[in-house]
Amino acid sequence: MRMYEQLLQYLITGITVGSAYALVGLGFAIIYNASDVVNFAQGEFVMIGAMSAIFLNAAGVPYVLSLALAIAITVAVGMALEKFAIEPARNASVVSTIIITIGASILLRGAALLIWGKDIYGLKPFTGEQTIHLGPATLLPQNLWVMGGTAISVLLVKYFFDHTTTGKAILACSYNKKAAYLVGINVKKMLLISYGLSACLGAIAGILIAPITFFTYNAGVMLGLKGFSAAILGGMGNPMGAVAGGLMLGLLESIGAGLISSGYKDAIAFIIILLVLFFKPSGLFGKSEGERV
Amino acid sequence: MYRTMTKSLLSAILSVCFMVLLTFFMTAPVQASGTIKIGSFLALTGPASFLGDPELKTLQMYVDEINQKGGVLGKKLELIYYDTSGKAKVAKDVVKRLIKKDRVDLIIGGSTSGTTLAVIDIVERERIPLISLAGSIRIIKPVKKWVFKTPHTDRMAAAKIFEDMKKRNISKVALITGNGGFDKSGRAQCLDLAPSYGIKIVADESYNNADTDMTTQLTKIRATDAEAILNFGFGKAPAIVTKNVRQLDIKLPLYQSHGVASKKFIELAGKAADGVRLPAAALIVAEQLPDNDPQKPVLLAYKKKYEAKYGPVSTFGGHAYDGLFIAVEAIERAGSVDKAKVRDEIEKTKGFVGTGGVFNMSPEDHLGLGLDAFKMVEIENGAWKLLY
Amino acid sequence: MRLLGLGIFALIIAVLPILFPENYYITVVGVTMFFNVILAVGLNLFMGYAGQISLGHAAFFGLGAYASAILTTKFGWNPWAAMGAGIILVWLISYLVAKPILRLKGHYLAMATLGFGIIIHIFLVQYDTLTGGPDGLSSIPELSIFGWPINTDLRWYAVSAVVMLLSILFSLNIVASKHGRALKAVHGSEVAAEMMGIDTSKVKVHIFVISAIMASITGSLFAHEQAFVSPDSCSFFFSIELVTMVVLGGMASTFGAVFGAAILTYLPEFLVVFQDFKVLIFGGILMFIMIFLPEGLFVGLCKFVSHFKQGGRQCLPS
Repeated sequence: MRMYEQLLQYLITGITVGSAYALVGLGFAIIYNASDVVNFAQGEFVMIGAMSAIFLNAAGVPYVLSLALAIAITVAVGMALEKFAIEPARNASVVSTIIITIGASILLRGAALLIWGKDIYGLKPFTGEQTIHLGPATLLPQNLWVMGGTAISVLLVKYFFDHTTTGKAILACSYNKKAAYLVGINVKKMLLISYGLSACLGAIAGILIAPITFFTYNAGVMLGLKGFSAAILGGMGNPMGAVAGGLMLGLLESIGAGLISSGYKDAIAFIIILLVLFFKPSGLFGKSEGERV
Repeated sequence: MYRTMTKSLLSAILSVCFMVLLTFFMTAPVQASGTIKIGSFLALTGPASFLGDPELKTLQMYVDEINQKGGVLGKKLELIYYDTSGKAKVAKDVVKRLIKKDRVDLIIGGSTSGTTLAVIDIVERERIPLISLAGSIRIIKPVKKWVFKTPHTDRMAAAKIFEDMKKRNISKVALITGNGGFDKSGRAQCLDLAPSYGIKIVADESYNNADTDMTTQLTKIRATDAEAILNFGFGKAPAIVTKNVRQLDIKLPLYQSHGVASKKFIELAGKAADGVRLPAAALIVAEQLPDNDPQKPVLLAYKKKYEAKYGPVSTFGGHAYDGLFIAVEAIERAGSVDKAKVRDEIEKTKGFVGTGGVFNMSPEDHLGLGLDAFKMVEIENGAWKLLY
Repeated sequence: MRLLGLGIFALIIAVLPILFPENYYITVVGVTMFFNVILAVGLNLFMGYAGQISLGHAAFFGLGAYASAILTTKFGWNPWAAMGAGIILVWLISYLVAKPILRLKGHYLAMATLGFGIIIHIFLVQYDTLTGGPDGLSSIPELSIFGWPINTDLRWYAVSAVVMLLSILFSLNIVASKHGRALKAVHGSEVAAEMMGIDTSKVKVHIFVISAIMASITGSLFAHEQAFVSPDSCSFFFSIELVTMVVLGGMASTFGAVFGAAILTYLPEFLVVFQDFKVLIFGGILMFIMIFLPEGLFVGLCKFVSHFKQGGRQCLPS
């Protein structure tokens, strides 16, 4: 009986945290698809979204408006990253682009440190802190917001890619840039939109979890790396795979922490990376790639 | 071939020219010091930032005040400080820098036990006095010649907490601690002392100080027959633990250590903090002390000055105050900044009324505070309430 | 001819502490720079010459450092024996990890090495009964050579300088040998190299292990020099710094790695003055250089200089 009670609690934590990873992973996948870049600054989008919301709200801006503005700010940052860092370096080698995005992540952290200082901050929950009982386990209303918010975002993204012209145009760019260009798609604009979308997802993750965890200028690092792991698990470049990967990672972490050891739970994400890359680099849902000789 | 030689030659010469240029610009002229240099290494960023931040502000505020009043031994004080982010490695590097480049006369710092313990070797080797602002008893036991500290030890905190638990007839306790030096040291002290208060530790969970969610560990605790939860930690992690406890609807009494004796803890934990008990220095409940308490005037004066400029006080700033003034008075008694003489005088500190208590140091006791210097405090409606 | 460059470099290094014996930037930071050079030169063999990527190199440095630290403080081993044990440990681990990891390329290789590095780091943080946890291990005993204790800054300067010069020499020799040519072939095109009869897998594994061992030795020396180790010395961030050193100086150039290490060691020292702006500036510099001077600072400078000379001489590595 005891074990079952605990398991339910771990499940709740796992899905909550997994939802955040899912959104970050989705952001990674979108950028990777669009520009073949592994964006190490993804976690910083989450941080910027959360911190902007916290500060706007603290400065007196009405709650919902601060959330919306926070997302807008992050989208702007994402697009700026594309325009000023990725585009000028579009012919750079793999190593170069990796270092560029790592540099970007450091830069954003440095800027956050200057603007918001070194302190730790929390955000008020969307709808209060009344504990909800679900059998032997408990949850906060915010947990539901995280799960729901993620589900809605993911569905909207799916709709965007499957049914809108812009979405399909972005997909076309990821399959073959030259061909897309030749049929009249404005590749540059599509790239910009991809980064903006990715940043938007990051920001949403940030404001959803800010009431549950605290944020500070370098809170994005680990989140970014784990979202990364989610994307790899699901198959680099497969957006829905990344979402599934994120949820799975969250659950594995939570259950692993509960049943085995909480100290090593961070290692789970990285062990997954190694296992996937060793045995099935294309991830759970990806396709195998060939190499151009 | 010629190209490769030129390139590698050029590169080699460039690298070294770079080194030489830098040294020319950065060479510190050996000065006949017109100032007394106080070095400090504090956790200004990172999970321990709400320790380091008030510590720095206090030091800066009082160094300015002392200088305005004419300085010490006719010389001005100069505060040279670096941020450690709470990391032991960074602490090591910056203390080396303080000693070898900035050539400070004395060091006040180490916001955390981990950072302090990492620099003890170098301080002892270079023979420079260090007054630490961290909690672990390992800093001063076994006693090291050049190392002193001003905050109460974790052993004292554990004792005070267990005393209170005994009064409430609590005999089964769940322990949850982080992975920092203070946490681990505190945990060891708790495990060691518990039996002598008739207390059994029925759970022993841990988390990483950088973690953002402890519900897993607390879920395990919820499944035991613990009658109270003791969280020994500092920084933002205890705030998360506190919130998680309420979130999981665990109704057991929750105790914290003096590592959370700052308004920031209450700010982060919010309503969840109500009902938490902790041992703390009298500073945070200064107004509630009886008027004949010898500490009261010192506490109120510090409180007034700090709050006018920065906002609510925390005991951490208080520890920095104690450290600075113990150092300054020792320098004055020594009549010079000779490191050995100053060290001797610090050791002779007697009857110093500080924010942590009344200090009486000795060659065996480089802290000088007794258990009575600690007060038991409870958080009520977001404010500190003195219990006894 | 390369040796001429090395010789002049060695001369300047030897002379500096004689001219400025009390200068913190030479005697203390210099030692750190020499260690970084060894690490960068080793990584450069793997990244620059063999054309691979590793975002987890700091792990080998950490393993060497901790092997020395743990065996000497907790088990009372002789420091040199501990260093040897570290080398063997790293040899084993890098060899085991090399085969599966080096089948990957590009992004995937980068991510796998990243994962590896972080797992080692987490292990070092978590297994605190052995490793001391996040606050590390201190009071590591000093190293001595046949009874001559290395216990002052100047002695460490001398020892680390010698090891550094040896490692540069070693790297130059490998590059000039048939191994070096095999490496370059692999870098150019693995498929083509295979077709010419080069066992690319073996070549890559060898160079990976060599650079790992170089890192391990450096780690052990570092542990004794600092008398302290903590997981922060071998974090993901440090791995990135090492990659930056290699790339900054221009890959496939031993002296480029030296140059990169020098700059990246002194830059943070210089930036300490900026306290709050430090992180921002560092990130900005990194981005700027990678976007506009991706072949490395050195090649960029070279081009800049040759613009002033008639004809604009070719500046890329041969």
